[in-house]
Amino acid sequence: MKGKNIEPLWWGLFSAGGVIAAFLVPVHIILFGFAVPLGWISDTGALYRNWLVKLYLFVLIALPLYHWAHRFYFSLNDMRLGLPQRPLAILCYGAAVLGTILTAWVLLRI
Amino acid sequence: MNRPEKSKLYYPKMPAAWWLRKRSYFLFMIRELSSVFIALFLVVYLTQLYQLSGGSETYVAFARRLASPGWIIFHIAALLFAIYHSITWFQSTAVVMPIKVGEREVPRNVVTAVNVVVWIVLSLIIWLLFVALRG
Repeated sequence: MKGKNIEPLWWGLFSAGGVIAAFLVPVHIILFGFAVPLGWISDTGALYRNWLVKLYLFVLIALPLYHWAHRFYFSLNDMRLGLPQRPLAILCYGAAVLGTILTAWVLLRI
Repeated sequence: MNRPEKSKLYYPKMPAAWWLRKRSYFLFMIRELSSVFIALFLVVYLTQLYQLSGGSETYVAFARRLASPGWIIFHIAALLFAIYHSITWFQSTAVVMPIKVGEREVPRNVVTAVNVVVWIVLSLIIWLLFVALRG
């Protein structure tokens, strides 16, 4: 397959990640950035042994990474910093793919 | 990911700080930057989940450390960026995917408002589920 043929795939992942980030991320920031650390709600982490929860977390964490990759790549391009396009794209989208593998690995371990 | 060859594109000469010139350009960059904070939060969250491989105590201790002022400031910033992403995302959804009832198109701000309501209800459900099911 030629490189340009997979552009819709990246765009689809960007879009799906944007939806997940918009609907689900803010409440998780409130829960795990404030409620749990500040002791409003206690959490031992037992919930994460459930497979449905793991699947949910995989979607929650992995998809917005592609959203980041897409936006970060294009805004760096738009900023006209003179960075080479192809290595930058490989770096951004590669980081998202790596993040996906890492997320799966962590969720399988716990 | 792939744009036409650089030589085939028209590139107007622009200073690197073009996005600081106008409020709307600046807000555009803030919107794009929101994805960085969302990704950073998710990396921290994944790191927290990873602590569970060392047992529940390690996980709880990690969560406690996030109560330090530095982390609270980070999470306040992340939350503000995330909310900005949500609102701008709903606004653009209303433009990109207009909804028709019969012949008439539903006004964009109504579509945005419906999305916001769904967002709040979903957030409450997740909050309540977490409180009910957590260990």
